Amino acid sequence: MSSATANFVRKFLTYAILVAGAIFVLLPFVWMIVTAVKPSNEVLLMPPKWIPSTIQWENFVKAFGAVPFFTYLRNSVIVTVCITVCELCTTILAAFAFAQLEFRGKQVLFILLVATMMVPGEILVVPNFVTLAKLGWVNTYKGLVAPWASSVFSIFLLRQQFASVPQSYYKAARMDGCKDLQYLFTILVPMSRPTIISVALLKIINSWNSYMWPLIATNTNDMRTLPVGLAYFSTEAGVQYNTLMAFSLMIIAPTLIVYLFTQKYIMRGVSNAGLKG
Amino acid sequence: MKSDAKNAAPWLKTHKAWLYLLPALSVLLVFNIFPIGKSFLMGFYTKFDYLNDVVYEWGLDNFHRLFADADFLLALKNTCLLVVFAAPLSIAVSLIFAVLLNTNIRLRRVFQSIYFLPFVTSMVAVSIAWSWMLNKDFGLVNSILKVFGISKVAWLTNPNMTLPILVVLCIWKGLGYRVIIFLAGLQGINNQYYLAARMDGARPLRRFFYITLPQLRPTLFFLFITTVIDVFKTFDEVYVMYSNQPGPLKSGLTIVYYIFNKFHRHWEFASAAAASFVLFLIILSITLMQFGVVRVVRKRAERRESQ
Repeated sequence: MSSATANFVRKFLTYAILVAGAIFVLLPFVWMIVTAVKPSNEVLLMPPKWIPSTIQWENFVKAFGAVPFFTYLRNSVIVTVCITVCELCTTILAAFAFAQLEFRGKQVLFILLVATMMVPGEILVVPNFVTLAKLGWVNTYKGLVAPWASSVFSIFLLRQQFASVPQSYYKAARMDGCKDLQYLFTILVPMSRPTIISVALLKIINSWNSYMWPLIATNTNDMRTLPVGLAYFSTEAGVQYNTLMAFSLMIIAPTLIVYLFTQKYIMRGVSNAGLKG
Repeated sequence: MKSDAKNAAPWLKTHKAWLYLLPALSVLLVFNIFPIGKSFLMGFYTKFDYLNDVVYEWGLDNFHRLFADADFLLALKNTCLLVVFAAPLSIAVSLIFAVLLNTNIRLRRVFQSIYFLPFVTSMVAVSIAWSWMLNKDFGLVNSILKVFGISKVAWLTNPNMTLPILVVLCIWKGLGYRVIIFLAGLQGINNQYYLAARMDGARPLRRFFYITLPQLRPTLFFLFITTVIDVFKTFDEVYVMYSNQPGPLKSGLTIVYYIFNKFHRHWEFASAAAASFVLFLIILSITLMQFGVVRVVRKRAERRESQ
């Protein structure tokens, strides 16, 4: 076998594996879309039809009608926005303190916080629910937002970023009479825009998709978020697969759109976390 | 002292720093740090009133009962089996894809974007899509298998199928994430090593085992820890895919599922806290063990190099 053929075979195999992987990853999404627009009499056909005879948009209307979709949507949007905004505010301030300010116990506090990252969030669920019950926050937006209003992981990422800005900037700004808070928001934050966007995007995606906590912290339909509502809907008797897939697609669509336009930031955030973790 | 002269008012400075930390710290204290201790203590409550936070009796009963509970032991077994299969497999598969993508490939960005898709989508939504695809009579998977002459498989009702399904789901869900982390690691490897190896006539497979793998050690270590921890926390996909059941014959009962069930269904807060604490200990000891293993391996490598 000449080296040219060997090369060709290797190239071919590489592409074959990569394409097979892509099909494997995409299959559930494609099937979700195909099912979501199928007329009901074609959903259960065997062998399945890949291309529906007509595109039935009514499935989406049916999904909206079968559940209080817009209530779920409103809750998901409110919770996601509040969590992201609160988290950015608290973590930017804290990261600044860790990166630029001197104070007693800084090292110890930072190590303590980073150590808590090893604790799986799932074990906090029971005591946090007790706290929520005591505060009377069960089934409220406060209860859905407060536990996630800060994050050690984000403080960690932002601190790395802030610390990479040369100390001389800070000193020069101080010399010019710039206050700390002003320095943070007019110089440090704009300079760290890519990292802040990454942190925000990861948080938006996580809060939008989060399931266990909203499931536990809510107990009426008017407080449920989209994933919780979908999970309830899917266990209802007589649910048709095309309506179910239409509903699922409506939950996935916003994150997919955000992802398509910002994947550079998301992937960077993820790989930064990996390198520094 | 000199430093005192420079920091005119260290007290004031400290004061200000704490002001910046206050919002984050108050949230973290209430919802992150306090509950760690609380969940530890709650495991020892035997008689209590959670709303008024009164504990009448303390004891080890919860832990005794936990390890006498066949369900908990089953949850431990299921979760450990899942970790043993899902973690190495999903890391290995991602490594293969990352290495292939790291060659001179066209459309590399496109592949990377596709693989990453599951990471940004709701696990609830995709679990429902998977359970539809795995439907015994009308599912896509069985219809594809039929083309190859394989008869219907009862994916969701056969307890032997639960583990393979969860392993595949784990590979599927994290592929893009791990590929990105691996690619970052691969790009950090100095090309000189490969050039030198090529000059010495080392074949690709040898290059992979003698250069790529050892150089990737920190990345592999990071991914092993995060993947193992992630798999230990499996819950959403089981709960949704099996319609709020822990799988056929409880074959999908994981530790987190057990905790959730005790807490959310039976309102047994103390047993749930005790189980949470056991989960914490398991994850902690695995993390520490992996740190230890890495240290030993590194020492051995250093010794070999110095000889």
